[in-house]
Amino acid sequence: MFSGLRIFKEGLTGNTGWSPHWRDPAPKAEYDAVIIGGGGHGLSTAYYLAKNHRMTNIAVLEKGYIGSGNIGRNTTIIRANYYLPGNSEFYSHSLKLWEGLEQELNYNAMVSQRGVINLFHSDGQRDAFVRRGNAMRAQGDDAELLDPEGVRRYLPYLDFDNTRFPIYGGLLHARGGTARHDAVAWGYARGADRLGVDLIQNCEVTGIDIESGVVRGVQTARGPIKAKKVSIVTAGRSGQVAALAGLRLPIESHVLQAFVTEGLKPCIDHVVSFGMGHFYISQSDKGGLVFGGDLDFYASYAQRGNLPMAEHVMEAGMTLMPMIGKAKVLRSWGGIMDMTPDGSPIIDKTDTYGLFLDCGWCYGGFKAVPASGYALAHLMATGVPHETARGFRLDRFRDGHGLMDEEGTGAQHNLH
Amino acid sequence: MRLTCPLCGDRDRREFYYRGAAVALHRPAPDAGVAAWDDYVHLRDNPAGETRDLWHHEAGCGAWLVVTRHTVTHAVLEVALAQDEGAAG
Repeated sequence: MFSGLRIFKEGLTGNTGWSPHWRDPAPKAEYDAVIIGGGGHGLSTAYYLAKNHRMTNIAVLEKGYIGSGNIGRNTTIIRANYYLPGNSEFYSHSLKLWEGLEQELNYNAMVSQRGVINLFHSDGQRDAFVRRGNAMRAQGDDAELLDPEGVRRYLPYLDFDNTRFPIYGGLLHARGGTARHDAVAWGYARGADRLGVDLIQNCEVTGIDIESGVVRGVQTARGPIKAKKVSIVTAGRSGQVAALAGLRLPIESHVLQAFVTEGLKPCIDHVVSFGMGHFYISQSDKGGLVFGGDLDFYASYAQRGNLPMAEHVMEAGMTLMPMIGKAKVLRSWGGIMDMTPDGSPIIDKTDTYGLFLDCGWCYGGFKAVPASGYALAHLMATGVPHETARGFRLDRFRDGHGLMDEEGTGAQHNLH
Repeated sequence: MRLTCPLCGDRDRREFYYRGAAVALHRPAPDAGVAAWDDYVHLRDNPAGETRDLWHHEAGCGAWLVVTRHTVTHAVLEVALAQDEGAAG
């Protein structure tokens, strides 16, 4: 469908020859598997179920429209710079899938490996980054420690001699970068559709049917649908959807804000994070500076934040790179983050046979989209966890074994 | 968001530390078993609507507060002293 020739021809003829990228089917009465949630993770799950496991009688049920949730509301960063075993191999796998994504889907997701630079500002923080960089290299990914002069080569515009937080150096992860978030959803949606997956929009799930501990199907706004396997892939809304199956989850939904400025000429070539102020930034291909900080730190479904965190993020940005001070902020938004106590996700079976969970992505779900779908599809099709996602068990919260607290702050709800 | 501390009055959100769901007030007995502790430490109702959570007036009087809020509108419905709940934090 997409080729250089076709795009050239359509460009000359007013782009009138394109057809919709996926069908708009009515739900069937029964599927082999149903995925609740048509976001990045749900769509990639459907794609890999069809592609890797030849399951094509499946449906993705989306409450709104495809890509209307967090997949369209994030800061688009991809990276594999995790430290802990369990996380490290998973994100490594995800980055490799990102690297082949556009060829795989024949879709321009604008994957841009522009490099991620995490800055550090003290001796202790440098030691921690040395350790992290070694862990990344041990995993087979790339990491390079930069001294201040090394950072200056890439990011000359930083306030290196800031009195409070001077820049001691940075950890460069050259294969990290960004991708076009909407196109990721569209690419997976189109890919899944072409393999026969039904993408059903405006189809809110209102009930999950369970008989004798076995899942039988779902009730939806468009009628009942029988299914042998059901996966809940609903990010910030996971708690509410899981409640339909009588489940309580180790999840508290929080708001995370992000900001974007007016379009500017290219000035920030990498993804840059400030080690002391919880601030990170990149520049979109359209020119806007896309940046954010930490959670607002209270449970919220409002999809908007409060001013104190907005002010804090702006202050941190100005501390790190005063040159952005005259850029005008165009808009800000908030997303609903499914926060787990240890900050790591869940891809697992539940106590109900045939019912699966994929949630708890906290504020880092975008980069995980390919590998999460890959692993959940594997679990749904084969019944055993994928080798890269064995650590994402639900019961680690029950017995405390295998908690993955990447930040080292403690496995407690308000600390991540 | 602003919170009205029963002792200090109407104050900026930045004076308060968020501890999480007010379930934290009801600590199980040490031998209550795995399920009770899992419930207490990890599992949450996580409602999209009215919720009760525990805040500490860290940069004010130091009182622990039980705040009844709406998680969709951010409306603060009630702020009470945790000590009046009859349990220590």
